[in-house]
Amino acid sequence: MKEIKDISETYRQEAEERLAEIEKTVLEIEEDPEDREAINRLFRAVHTIKGSGAMFGFTDVAEFTHHLETTLDKVRGGILTVTKDLIDLILKSRDHIWSILSSKEIGYGFDAEEGKRIINGLNSLLPADKADEITSDQPEMLHTGKDTETTYRIRFKPNYTIFSNGTDPMTLFEELKTIGDCIITPIIKELPALNELNPEYCYLSWDIILTTRTGMDAIKDVFIFVEDSCELAIEAIDSEYDFEEDRGVMKLGEILVDRNDLSKKEISETLKKQKRLGELLVESELVDRQTVESALTEQQLVKNVRDKRREETKASSIRVAAEKLDTLVDLVGELVTTQARLTQFASNSTDQTLTIIAEEVEKLTTELRDNTMSIRMMPIGATFSNFKRLVRDLSSELGKEIELVTEGAETELDKTVIEKLGDPLMHLIRNSIDHGIESPEKRGEAGKPRKGTILLKADHKGAYVIITIDDDGTGLKVEAIKAKAIEKGLITKDADISEKDTYNLIFAPGFSTAEKISNISGRGVGMDVVKKTIDSLRGSIEISSEKGKGSSIRLKLPLTLAIINGLLVTIGEGRYIIPLSSVEECVELTKEIAEASHGSDILNLRGEIVPYIRLRNRFGITEKKPELEHIVITDVHDKRIGFVVDNVVGGHQTVIKSMGPAFKHMKNIYGATILGDGTVALILDLNMLI
Amino acid sequence: MSKLIMTVDDSVSIRQMVSFTLKKEGYEVLEAVDGADALKKLTDDAAVNMIITDLNMPNMDGIELIKNVRANTKYKFMPIIMLTTESQDERKQAGKAAGATGWIVKPFKPEQLIGVIKKVLK
Repeated sequence: MKEIKDISETYRQEAEERLAEIEKTVLEIEEDPEDREAINRLFRAVHTIKGSGAMFGFTDVAEFTHHLETTLDKVRGGILTVTKDLIDLILKSRDHIWSILSSKEIGYGFDAEEGKRIINGLNSLLPADKADEITSDQPEMLHTGKDTETTYRIRFKPNYTIFSNGTDPMTLFEELKTIGDCIITPIIKELPALNELNPEYCYLSWDIILTTRTGMDAIKDVFIFVEDSCELAIEAIDSEYDFEEDRGVMKLGEILVDRNDLSKKEISETLKKQKRLGELLVESELVDRQTVESALTEQQLVKNVRDKRREETKASSIRVAAEKLDTLVDLVGELVTTQARLTQFASNSTDQTLTIIAEEVEKLTTELRDNTMSIRMMPIGATFSNFKRLVRDLSSELGKEIELVTEGAETELDKTVIEKLGDPLMHLIRNSIDHGIESPEKRGEAGKPRKGTILLKADHKGAYVIITIDDDGTGLKVEAIKAKAIEKGLITKDADISEKDTYNLIFAPGFSTAEKISNISGRGVGMDVVKKTIDSLRGSIEISSEKGKGSSIRLKLPLTLAIINGLLVTIGEGRYIIPLSSVEECVELTKEIAEASHGSDILNLRGEIVPYIRLRNRFGITEKKPELEHIVITDVHDKRIGFVVDNVVGGHQTVIKSMGPAFKHMKNIYGATILGDGTVALILDLNMLI
Repeated sequence: MSKLIMTVDDSVSIRQMVSFTLKKEGYEVLEAVDGADALKKLTDDAAVNMIITDLNMPNMDGIELIKNVRANTKYKFMPIIMLTTESQDERKQAGKAAGATGWIVKPFKPEQLIGVIKKVLK
């Protein structure tokens, strides 16, 4: 890589070449003064010598050549005609430049007087008022807010065509960020509809609030290349002035600053010198220091209290009748349905405005829905604390020592879910107290602490809330359950069923394992009712147990009951909703997949074996099958299961409508919903389908 | 990947100075001696990120070069900086009208050159 010193040597050589060119060209011009091409060439040569001269330290060359260039520019522009005098002066200039350049090389000085004579000669050729003035290029430095921290409002609205000048507005913002803190807000109101948008145009403008110490000039510098191709307004706004809404009458200092009589700095320095009232009072010996300090403490205290009160008011709440909330949820449900119709109608229309309105309505409806749902959300804590008393009373009645530990009391659930959850939870806790936790003596023998523990815990998991009831009791007695089930005729004597399936037997109606029926749980009506209630809440229930260590019951409940996100699918003419929270992915059921499983309805999904259910067969649909079917892969009870449908339409805001008593026996269907076009889709109950 | 910047100037010293300054900053440099040469190299060499061009040049001047470059869809939005001595001249306006992104007034210092490049090149 060359060094700057080498480059200036290159410049000197280059300049000498140019000087030779100047001499040759000038002589050509003398022969033919109308030779435009030669005049241009001459100008270019002089221009290059001047331009580069200053860059490589040949300032005297640049200064001198500037005058020659000015004169030649006039010749080029036709203002000056080529005369013998002019030719002489150009040749003299050329010699002078050469002498300056070589003087640098040999170290001798050059004849500065000769330079001045040539300049005067050149100037005398120019029309009097056009003579080149030798003035300083440096504009006077004005006071521009430099060094004081000022906040500016910059409104930057580039022309549509700004991109075609190679300008990327982002680079401007990046540069602004380097000079101060800024908040940049894009204004998108001019953005046209997508089909009218020219991607090469810039439709955006920006409002920027910049706080900097560098002053107005530095900001203008950022926009220097674009100032003629944009609307740019830079205004100083001072935070203390502009951001305070009720600032009232201006203070004396503010007025003085505003009238430029004093600077802000001077004011604030003077203010710092001002003594506080307390100090003045102490100095004048009217009161002592301690009295003042005590008064100040009181003042601070009052202030703190007021601040606190203000915060409390902010967090205030109102009580509303539950029916009003229910009505609100119903109305939102209707609104969501109507909005779906609007969106569908708009998507079939070519009217841009309608589409925009429909999208806006959709956005607002979603927000309204989420908000309304969140109003209905209640922390489960109140329900939890009810059980403390229950546990205390029951355990003392049974002569057991039990402690109830609760976790996640702040977990929120839909009001209706919480209300319906009370009874099942109570049954489950009673069971734990009655059957699970052993007496202190038995516990002592088993080497456990005398005091048993029941853990009641709530936790969010996606669109569900998981409630677990753990006890460190004796665990479920598998053999006793089996014997009971055989006795009740639920299973045959030689039935070989898994441990998990055995646990599920206790949910069968009329099942009870307690050797003697206590008045607390074992009436055998408990568990099947629990199961029914949880099912009606679209939840699921799971039991795990370890002999001698304890048992754990896990309830999985949906966050809300009224509206869910669903996946709309079709089978034949019918349309169905699969709850989106269960859906993992959708794959195509190709002939190859169907054939590969040899009729066993199993899919190899990236190495995992996933069974699938043909809903077409399950529902007895006989309409013609499409060429290509789809499998919706779902996660039910932590198992992956596929459901074969004709077509997957897409996501759908599903307002759940109950089916009415006539359809109660329909186990596979949870409810129905009304689609955008007014038709009805059935909501599938995946738990019951598998 | 380092950016490739093309410097177009009929003056070898300016080219060397620009080239030297840019290389020191880690840019790659492609030199062209005038507009025609630049256009030829631009079509041959596809990956130019930015052009710094003089305005007064033989064969094809800077303004013609800018117009020609902008006519190529590929370089429609590329930053182009012109080197100008006439800080308030109509040449600057003509350059802007032809599609130049910005300018540097000669004489300039290396740090000014880098400042302008940072201003327009991401």
